[in-house]
Amino acid sequence: MSAISTLFTALFYISLVIFLVGMARKIYQYWITPAPLKIPTAPTPLTQTGVVMRMAREVVLFESLFKANKWTWLFGWLFHLGLLLVLIRHVRYFWPGDLPEIFLLVQPFKYAAFAMVIGLIGLMGRRIFVERIRYISAPSDYLMLIMLLVIGVSGAVMTFTTNHTDIIMVKEFASGLITFNWADLPTEVYFLVHLFLVFVLMAIFPISKLLHVPGMFFSPTRNQVDNARKKRHISPWALKQEQEHAVKLEQTLGKDE
Amino acid sequence: MAAKEFDIPVLPTYIEIPKINEGAMEGDGPFKASKEFQNPLGFPGEKVDNWQEVAIAKMGELKSKYRSVQVFLDSCVKCGACTDKCHYFLGSSDPKNMPVARQDLFRSVYRRHFTFAGKHFPKLVGAKELDDKMLDDWYNYFHQCSQCRRCSVFCPYGIDTAEISMAAREVLDAVGVGQKYCNQILGKAITIGNNLGLPEPALRDTLLDLEEEIEEETGVAIKYPLDVKGAEILLITPSADFFAEPHIDGLIGYGKVFHQDGVSWTMSSYASEGANFGMFIGSYDIMRKAALRIRKAALDLEVSRVMVGECGHAWRVAYSFWNTLTGVGAGATDEFGLKLQNQLDSRYPQPQHIIEYTHDLIQRDKLKFDKSANDDRTVTFHDSCNVARATNMGGIPNGQFILPREVIKAVCNNYVDMERTTIKESTFCCGGGAGILTDDLMEIRIKGAMPRMQALKEVEKTDGVNTLVAICAICKSQFSKVLPKFDFDPYMIVSAHQLVSEAIVIDKPQTDDSEAEVAEESVAE
Ligand code: HEM
Ligand code: SF4
Ligand code: SF4
Repeated sequence: MSAISTLFTALFYISLVIFLVGMARKIYQYWITPAPLKIPTAPTPLTQTGVVMRMAREVVLFESLFKANKWTWLFGWLFHLGLLLVLIRHVRYFWPGDLPEIFLLVQPFKYAAFAMVIGLIGLMGRRIFVERIRYISAPSDYLMLIMLLVIGVSGAVMTFTTNHTDIIMVKEFASGLITFNWADLPTEVYFLVHLFLVFVLMAIFPISKLLHVPGMFFSPTRNQVDNARKKRHISPWALKQEQEHAVKLEQTLGKDE
Repeated sequence: MAAKEFDIPVLPTYIEIPKINEGAMEGDGPFKASKEFQNPLGFPGEKVDNWQEVAIAKMGELKSKYRSVQVFLDSCVKCGACTDKCHYFLGSSDPKNMPVARQDLFRSVYRRHFTFAGKHFPKLVGAKELDDKMLDDWYNYFHQCSQCRRCSVFCPYGIDTAEISMAAREVLDAVGVGQKYCNQILGKAITIGNNLGLPEPALRDTLLDLEEEIEEETGVAIKYPLDVKGAEILLITPSADFFAEPHIDGLIGYGKVFHQDGVSWTMSSYASEGANFGMFIGSYDIMRKAALRIRKAALDLEVSRVMVGECGHAWRVAYSFWNTLTGVGAGATDEFGLKLQNQLDSRYPQPQHIIEYTHDLIQRDKLKFDKSANDDRTVTFHDSCNVARATNMGGIPNGQFILPREVIKAVCNNYVDMERTTIKESTFCCGGGAGILTDDLMEIRIKGAMPRMQALKEVEKTDGVNTLVAICAICKSQFSKVLPKFDFDPYMIVSAHQLVSEAIVIDKPQTDDSEAEVAEESVAE
């Protein structure tokens, strides 16, 4: 194996471990941090099913964002939909051997890359030209978009221009990462840049705003059932506090009369 | 500071998103609490020497106790969807009043001290140190947030700036920089029992006067009972209802409804306050302390129902938090909660809102109205933010929007809603919530009221609206103050139960008898 292949193989595992460990730690942190009070935001679901439906609408349709701002919604949704399709299409590289038929369904969506790139350009445009959004943007916010743009564009260049890489080789390399049969990778610059940035993306996932992915599911204003009167909701720390001070409180209350 | 000159916003024909104007609302913030108000709540009397250390430690504590704080600080993608949703930004154009920018005052410090990226690459991710300037900004801008949660409705992750505001105020209190208005009031509420510091004899006198006045006016002895042991209903209402205009007319309305229903009810001198400012300063413990007085009153008076009067955040605390804090509700598993819940009548929701109660009576045809009594009015309803975005009524989806409107429509003939994007879950705050209702914050109160006033102006023009109904004590006080600044009649703001009071047909004692006779006769037949 060439030096560069070895380097990229190593980078893959390093970034994967950072991603998995980092995300596991973050999700664990969210999991153990209690939400001591009922704070769902209207329009609130009164049942658990309602919560699931609400969450599904948020994840699939970006419902709240749609209410808030149509342009941001349009670009944001295009980008994410494109990203999703592109990611699914990437499974074929990692799948050792023939792809199960179900994945063939998305193969026609190779133009998803355009949706993704157009979405990203739109989001970038808003960040640069809408004064309010410019005001709240840090350098990392631009960099994140630039990085995704470069990933998307370099990918599209390989798909749609004559700068094709050797797909067979890519498949061997990528599936080799999964099956530990390490192989050489193509060394065209488009491909190396594409791959390197994906590794960076994986590594920064747990320490950046990409935490919106787990965060979305843990958001108490969105995932709570509005049933405070029917069912007592109490956090472990509050319960402990209550039990420890129970007697004292009962005794002190009313003493000031 | 308080006397600073400022322009009252001119109402536009529709709400435009302003160009940002940095530093427009820069300032020292509201009056700070001195020792005498800080210490009774367990807060340091002045800014402590090692305040940075204390503040960072407090932030660490809060983010481990509140999932909202932890998740919200991490998840924001700076998409900007919330930037034009805050009434304080729309009215003041100060960019730090954009919800995400307000959160960022807190988030930038969180990043600096608690995240890898912020510790090692602060410039890259906009992480900042908590220095004097930053603390001043916290104090100023977290007291320009009414915790109305409008931003949370529109954020793709439901990020609720109110949660961050509460956390920031908690940190500020912990380092000895508290707000005078809130903390002074809380001191009274948890020692005397109400925000006004009204002791039992004064309260009793007020209620007696009220009874006399009403009897003179209506010829019926309608009672406003205090501390009656064994009454069925304990009414917890904001203390403003006892004396402030227009609140008191709402209280009169509650009494008439109880009277018509023939139910026994009482108020408590020990727990004579529905408002709970503990929520505003973010303190679980103080909020609980205030709520515990109500539990004690309910137990001592041996009531079987607890009901809440017209007050926005009081209803939020009651509906969403009381069961958690003190077990007023159902489904308790612990000892004291079970005790209380055994005493309370489980056929009714506990606690119940006065609107739910009146609505139920209307549904069951228990009340008679002469709607024409309100014919001089064309009415619109202001959804108070805490009721609209943080509670429910009637146990049906969106009941908190439906029930008040149905009650109003049952007692008056002319009703219109304001523009769709300014009501229900998208309602604009009155501008006075969460400890902003103080004269030293008049500038932000007036500017923050602009979006609501604009929507009101529209229905005034198109439908001739001359009455604004709210079911929140803060809204009522705030509107009384700001309406005239925007060329409205300050008396156009009324309680929902004032309209009920004006239209309700009270049975006179003699008609009572004759009706009873008629009833007996029909039974005999
Ligand atoms: C459960 C899956 C996901 C959901 C529901 C989701 C949802 C959202 C929403 C609602 C926004 C705000 C609108 C916008 O600016 O586009 C957003 C922003 C963003 N998302 Fe996601 N997302 C998901 C997964 C991902 C993944 C896997 C990535 C990246 C690899 C990603 C990258 C981004 C970025 C970079 C932004 C900020 C865009 C900007 O700067 O304007 N998202 N996401
Ligand atoms: S909670 Fe209300 S006042 Fe506070 S930032 Fe959000 S919209 Fe503005
Ligand atoms: S809408 Fe939510 S995610 Fe978007 S900038 Fe505002 S707080 Fe951040």
